[in-house]
Order: sequence, then C-alpha cells, then structure tokens
Amino acid sequence: MTRIVVGPFNRVEGDLEVSLDMADGRVKAAYVNSPLFRGFEQILIGRAPLDALAIVPRICGICSVAQSAAAAAALADAMGIVPTPNGVLARHLIQATENLADHLTHFYLFFMPDFSRPAYAGRPWHDAVARRFAAVRGEASADVLPARAGFLKLMGFLAGRWPHTLAIQPGGSTRAMTAGERIRLLAQLREFRSFLEKRLFGDTLANVARLSSKAQLLAWADGRPADFPVFVAAASDLGLDKLGRASDAFLSYGAYGIFPAGTWRAGEAAAFDPLAIDEDTTHAWLAQGNPRHPEQGETIVDANKAAAYTWCKAPRYARQAYEVGALARQVIAGQPLILDWVTRDGGSVMARVVARLLELALIVPEMERWVQALQPGEAFCTHGDMPDEGSGTGLVEAARGSLGHWLSVRRGRIERYQIIAPTTWNFSPRDGNQQPGPLEQALVGLPAGDGALPTVQHVVRSFDPCMVCTVH
Amino acid sequence: MKVLWLQSGGCGGCTQSMLCSDPRPLFDELRDAGIEFLWHPALSLESGEEALAILEDCAEGRLAFDALCVEGAMLRGPNGTGRFHLMAGSGRPLTEWVERLAQRASWVFAIGSCTAYGGFSANTPGNPLEACGLQFDEQTRGGLLGADFRSPEGLPVVNIAGCPTHPGWVVDTLEKAALEGLKPEDLDEFGRPLLYAGGLVHHGCARNEYYEFKASAEKQSDLGCLMENLGCKGTQAHADCNIRPWNGSGSCLRGGFACIACTEPGFESPGHAFQETPKLAGIPIGLPTDMPKAWFVALAALSKSATPKRVRNNAVADHPVILPAIRKKGGGK
Repeated sequence: MTRIVVGPFNRVEGDLEVSLDMADGRVKAAYVNSPLFRGFEQILIGRAPLDALAIVPRICGICSVAQSAAAAAALADAMGIVPTPNGVLARHLIQATENLADHLTHFYLFFMPDFSRPAYAGRPWHDAVARRFAAVRGEASADVLPARAGFLKLMGFLAGRWPHTLAIQPGGSTRAMTAGERIRLLAQLREFRSFLEKRLFGDTLANVARLSSKAQLLAWADGRPADFPVFVAAASDLGLDKLGRASDAFLSYGAYGIFPAGTWRAGEAAAFDPLAIDEDTTHAWLAQGNPRHPEQGETIVDANKAAAYTWCKAPRYARQAYEVGALARQVIAGQPLILDWVTRDGGSVMARVVARLLELALIVPEMERWVQALQPGEAFCTHGDMPDEGSGTGLVEAARGSLGHWLSVRRGRIERYQIIAPTTWNFSPRDGNQQPGPLEQALVGLPAGDGALPTVQHVVRSFDPCMVCTVH
Repeated sequence: MKVLWLQSGGCGGCTQSMLCSDPRPLFDELRDAGIEFLWHPALSLESGEEALAILEDCAEGRLAFDALCVEGAMLRGPNGTGRFHLMAGSGRPLTEWVERLAQRASWVFAIGSCTAYGGFSANTPGNPLEACGLQFDEQTRGGLLGADFRSPEGLPVVNIAGCPTHPGWVVDTLEKAALEGLKPEDLDEFGRPLLYAGGLVHHGCARNEYYEFKASAEKQSDLGCLMENLGCKGTQAHADCNIRPWNGSGSCLRGGFACIACTEPGFESPGHAFQETPKLAGIPIGLPTDMPKAWFVALAALSKSATPKRVRNNAVADHPVILPAIRKKGGGK
C-alpha cells in the first residue's frame, strides 16, 4: 500500500490536505486534514456577549453572514427575545443572498474549472466546457462575476456590505428598508433571476423547480444551451451520479421557515434532537477526552498528539457521521427531484451539485415574496437585555449546511463559545470508534494517483468545503 | 504584472470581497490593466503538486513574478514552529513560504488587516498562536518580515488594511503599481495606500446631519449618529467607505451599524464592547481625530441646544417620523 498526499487542495475556501492510502490504483482509506488553526473559540472567551456579532463573521469570508446569524440566534436565545416580523424577513433575505451567491461562486469558480482539465480532452463536451469554464480565463466569468456582484448589491441595502456586516442583531436588523428601497430590491432580484434563467438554466425558475425526478431532469437538460445542462451532460458522461457517495445520512437544522429541520438515514426521516450532537477529539491536535456536547465543549491545543492528523474535531449525531449541505436540506425537505435521486442512487457528486443549483431556482422566488412582505414603517429590530448569567444556542443553515453556535455567559462575559460549522461535519476525521467522516467515506474506492482522472477533485469539491469555518 | 497570492490565518473574505469588483468583471479588468494571477488559491486551476511546483519555482527564482499578495495573519506558533498552518501538501509552515517568496517579489502586499497587523488570531489573550502581520505586530513595526524589510522597489510591505478590504482598494492599488509603481510617499505611516486611507470613514457619511447636531442613536436600527452611544469610530478610522460605496450603495454606517475602525491596527481589541461608546463623565473617550476635547464639548453643547425637532426625533426612530418642511414661494413664516 502506498500513500498519496494531495495538497494544497485549492479552489476551496481555505487550505486542505487529503491523504490517500492506495492499493491497485484505488483509494483504500482517506484521511482529511484541515491544516489551519485560528482559535476563534478562545478569542471569544471573556468578551462582552454582543461582541460575538463583530467577531464571528470574521471566522469566514464566504459564510460570514451565516456566522452572524448563528451568533444573533444564540444571543437572542440567551436574552429571551425574538426578532420583529420585518427583522425576520430582512434576515431571511440577507442569509439567502449569501447562501445563493455562494452556490453560484462554487459552481462557476470552484467546481466547473476541473472539467476543463486536459485529462478530459477528447470528450465530446470538453472543448466547449474548457472555453466557458476554464479557471479565470473562461468566458463564463464575464457573465457570472457581474451577476454575482449585482446580486450582492442586495447586501448594500440590507446589510451595509458583504462580507462582515454587523446588521444582523438578536432582535432583527439594524437597517430598516424604505418603501423606495423595497422597489429597488425587487429590481435587483429581477436582474439576478434574468441571469439565472438565461445563462444558468436556459429555462424559467418555475420550470426548473417543477422537475420532480432524475429522469425528468436528464430529459429536460438534454441539448439545452445553458450552463447547468452542460454540467448535467458532462457529469452524466463521467458517471458522477454514481461517484462520491458517503453513507446517505443527512442532517439539517432547517432554513427560512420553509425547509424543515430533521435527519434522514437509510431512507428513514426523523425529527432532529439538538441534544444528540457531540464532538470527538480523538484524531485532532486537541486535548483528548470523552466526546462532549458543544454546551460543554472545549478546544485546547495539543499539537504533539500522536493519533491526530487534523485540527478538525469530529462532530457526530447519535454517534454517527452525518452529511450536511444543500443535498441534505432538500432530502429532509422532501423535495421531489432530490428525494427521487437519493432514493434511487444515493448521494453523489452530481446530486450535491444539482441540489445546490436547484436551491437557486427554489429560493429566488421566495426572496421576491419576502421583499414584498416587508412593511416599511414597522420595526426592523426589537431590543432586550443580556442577562449576566445564561446560555443560548443558535442553529442555522449556511450554504454548505448546518452551522451551530453554543454560548454561555457568566458574570456578564462570554464563558464558553463552541462552534460546529458545516464542513466540520463533512470533513470530520475519524472518531474514537474509528468511524471516518463523510468525505473520508466518499473517497474510498476512487481511482487516484498518476494517470488517474481527476475524480478525487470532483468528489472533494462536490461538498463545497469551507476550510476556514471548519476549524475556525 | 504577475501576481502570486497566498492565504493563511484569515477568512478568505478579502478575496470574496475582491470578486465583487465593479463595474467591470474582475478578471477582465485586471487582465486589461496588465495584471494576471500566476497562482491564486481560490481561483487557479492548478492543485496539489502542480501548485507546489509553481510556488517552488517562484521561491527558487526559476519562475519570475512581480507581486506577492498575502491574505491572512502569519501564525508562528506553537513555540515558533509554524504548525498552526503547515501549507497542505508541503509539510512546511506557511510563514516559511512567505519568507522565501517575499525575497523574490518586487512588491509585497498585505491583503487585509490580519495580514497587515495580525488580526483576530493575534488577539487571543497571550497570543498563543504567535500571530502577527507581515511587517507589524499591531502598531509596532516588526512582524514576520521585520521592520527593515524593503522590496527591490524600495518599499516596505504595502498594507491594504481593512476587514475585509474593499475591492476597489485592492484593485486600484495593484493597478497603480502596474501602471506607474508605488513610492513610499504613497503610503501612510502604517503602510496603507493613501489612495483610500488618506481620509476618514466619516467623510461622506450619510448620517452627517445627525452628527452635526449631535442627534444620537440610542439603540440598534435608530437613524441618528452612532458616535455618542453605539461605538462608531468613523471620525477616527482611515478609509473612504462613505465615498466609495460597498456592494453598490452600502457602507457600515449606511447599513445602520457602527464603524469599528477595521482598517486600524488593533481594532480587534478596542478595550470596550464594540457596539458601545466608552465615556468619561458623559463625554466619549474616543473623540474625532484632530479635534481638541474642549472644542468638542463646546460644539456638542451648542449643537445639541440647536437641534431641530425633526433631527432630534428622527435620530431615535428607524424611519423618518418627521419629514423636512417644504418651503413654499412667498411663505417663510
């Protein structure tokens, strides 16, 4: 058996190293290393509780708002307040803008360039894909960068700027929309919808949202001149609908009041129990101990630990590894196309990408409804007092999946702050029972090494990893 | 101008922000200005061994490049080993890569406040990460490359500070370097390009009428000036955020929340809660730059006594409750 070390694994957010034990040209075992440690949980200790709103966005430049929202939710929980109706809508809009912009960034800038690789020269789709999706030089960038920047102009109105806003507060948002701004938000959303319909889907969002099975999607995509259908053709040709399966155990905290929280495992949906989460440090360069619920979690560096191979803890739900992300959200929401796909073929590279892009078609119309529901003149923020002693939990869905913050306050200061980010779930190392994390499972059996197709690249990026969040 | 980009102890948000550059698509704009990425961790095709080969060739002088852009704090710990960030695939501390590559670059750019001054990672009590900036430990010269570091162009590290940086700050600075170079006099004493740090965040603030009358917001979402109660440092922070809008029309102040002075070294540990203004005898401790305290007190007392009812009432609401009067011809009484 030989070992291959792959890194720097780029076009992910942050740095990533993957070690592959190989036999006969196939991966026998994979070990995922998140090589950067920044210590945000320690930075927060001793600060004023509301300082979390200024600090946690800086964990991540791509899920900055999701971090804000989780902190605001944890603080609101500790304060015993709920945001005003306008505040709820503003937060849905701010979170959705980031989440959907991230889906777009992932597809065009991080994921698709791998199909332009010379290894695929000769495939019927290769020349066209290389012309459109080559990294930096591809012609798609001239379409997608203005579309993304235009869409993020919603943040200029709603959140001041992106990334790293302080607009999201426990009681809602600092930025009330005026009647005139409401009209401009709708115009900005129309511009984005137009890009999606013309360039990404080649069809209306409503028609995409209506696709209800894998067979329907494949028939719909066949020969359609747009970016998503081009991906469907290339991914089908490469069999990416059968590659990169983890164990089809999915978790979602629920999003926007439209996608429910829950779990899904071996075809069985179940209610979500926040007390079933714990984190294991067996293979992280962190002090060893029994797995702990994040309310009691600790992050203590032990850089010389022999059994460790990453800075990432191993979060588990009922002692099992779970996959999070758009695919998990939509399986648990019972979205017909995704449920059909996963029931038929299980999770895969292709299913993850389809679920992500499907969310663009599902959520943009919701955003248009949320803007229309805003009531200018009514409060966008309510106010409350932070108790000197207390605790709170904030569970949200970032683009990449379930993000949780667990906070406790003592003598008016943050006593403990624990964070489990989406990629902490997906790229977790083995736990004390030697159970590999979802990516580690998904890589087993793949071809790798000299002369192999870049399948490993597709599988890793199909999770849309955010490494800076993973360890934080 | 060939640009080599590395990321370390940061969030990647400066790259994410830069991708919002407008009105032209970022890659087209840079290419037409003669700027290309030799390698960028978030954007380039090359991965793993291909990427390491580029970096190694650059570090050994076999592959020429002009600018080294680093995004994220330099993590020297634990105990000077740099193991808080070994660059994937290389087994070597990222700090070592930066030290080697900085010797080969005509310009070294610190992208963001983490890279410039050390960032949040340097603000854990006791700094166990041994985090620092490229050429500063917060306000003190030094950092990873040392106070005496100068690039072949005779420049210290150019600190494009901000958390995150505005896309225009990065793009304009790179384009100026490519067009006509940068001189020491183009930078302020913290190494920031004057093209964006030559003024204050306060300049162009849409809340200026509230500031003039000291009509202050009392709680989050109020329209009034955020300086007196809610921690705003726009009158002290060096940047052009209210002149050069963010994401089309925004800024922190336009978003309804305080400027936390994210372009300043040490903003991460202000010594008070971020969203509260520390006061002594009712007077904010952090007064506007260049303003003697006695003047401020006198001005505040005068302007508070002269505040129109409209401004006073609107300052503590989240939407205007009194609209400006409409003056009619021949009226006036």
